[in-house]
Amino acid sequence: MKESRVPYGLLALGLALLVWGSYWGLFLAPREAYMGDVQRIMYVHVPTAWNAMLALTFAFACALLSLFRDDPVWDARLEGALEVGVVLSALLCMQGAIWAKPTWGVWWDWDPRLTTTAVLVFAFGGILALREFVDDPVKRATWSAVAAIIAYVDVPIVYFSVKWWNSLHQTQSSPETVSRAFHWPLRINAFGMLFLMCGLISLRARLAFLRREEETA
Amino acid sequence: MSHLAAALRKDLLLHWRARAQVVAVFAFGAAALLLFSFAVGPETTVLREQAAGFLWLGLLLSSTLTLAESFHAETEHRALEALLLLPASARALYYAKALANALALFALGAALVPVMVVLYDAATPRIPALLGIILLGAAGLSAPGTLYAAMTSQARARQTLLPLLLFPLVVPVLLAAVKATSLLIHGDPMGQLRAWTLLLVCFNVIHWSLCGLLFDRVVED
Repeated sequence: MKESRVPYGLLALGLALLVWGSYWGLFLAPREAYMGDVQRIMYVHVPTAWNAMLALTFAFACALLSLFRDDPVWDARLEGALEVGVVLSALLCMQGAIWAKPTWGVWWDWDPRLTTTAVLVFAFGGILALREFVDDPVKRATWSAVAAIIAYVDVPIVYFSVKWWNSLHQTQSSPETVSRAFHWPLRINAFGMLFLMCGLISLRARLAFLRREEETA
Repeated sequence: MSHLAAALRKDLLLHWRARAQVVAVFAFGAAALLLFSFAVGPETTVLREQAAGFLWLGLLLSSTLTLAESFHAETEHRALEALLLLPASARALYYAKALANALALFALGAALVPVMVVLYDAATPRIPALLGIILLGAAGLSAPGTLYAAMTSQARARQTLLPLLLFPLVVPVLLAAVKATSLLIHGDPMGQLRAWTLLLVCFNVIHWSLCGLLFDRVVED
């Protein structure tokens, strides 16, 4: 893994887009008719949700490649994607709670998506803990890849079981389900967060790769 | 198949020889059921309503003790490496261990039912159906639990790691088993038992095949 300036560029671009999109969402976009200003959290909440799922899906792909190609580069990327995915999922839960309190009157609700996200935080966070406690880099790579594959496959089962168990959440927001006036800040923030995520994953992957080089040297 | 049978015989024998530990794990589970009632209060109707949840939480908590210990003999003196040198496949070793663990957890769950009935007054006339749900739930805990136990038994902080990895994964097992058990105790006017049983079966099919496929990667190097 060579040093490159691209991740820093992605970080700068992502941050700039996030500032722009959030400014638009907070001050320029119209107030939502029913929820009022509370709805403005959607401009970070929905992009966080998309990117968290994207990061964890990328982690799943890295786990498959790391397991079947035995290439340390994919293990390093797995670590980066797992960390960023867990942080984004944890942020998603917090934003959900902040939005739920004024809207539903409670911080937490056992709706399928919120509950599944919380399970995701623990399932993938546990894999990060596993990585900390295994000293042999080869075993660490194999085991965390295996655990990531199992956790990822488990996600839809968790989702459906919680959905059957209890359901109350509005349908997902996407540019198709919200009024046109809300489109642009949502899109800008989604891409801002995407660039930020890619930059962070690649920087984190490089760090993990260098650490492993040092361990095996 | 004969490899699987031989490995299963070894694992059941290990459980039988460690029967003092089996009794200790049962005592732990029964104590947990006792403690849950202190947390909720002595209201009989409330306890009866929550009985299924308490039974499965008790079983889940005790299962980590059974699972964490299940690779104890194999990690001592590096016996697992010797086992892998035998002509039996790693997959047969996994399925034997997972089956033995599932049976041990099933026995534990079945033994906790009378404790639940006595403490929470939560009896059901449908004993075979209840045992079936316990078997499916025990199998669901055992499939990923055995795989993770193989990893964590060789890692540091294994007592913490196993539940940390296992608990989020088995949320569907806990949900479905609690719901199904509760329907058996309190009656099932809407006919939902089938759906929850099906969910348990699906979880088992997916995890028994996936963990079996991945196990040789976990132990080989």
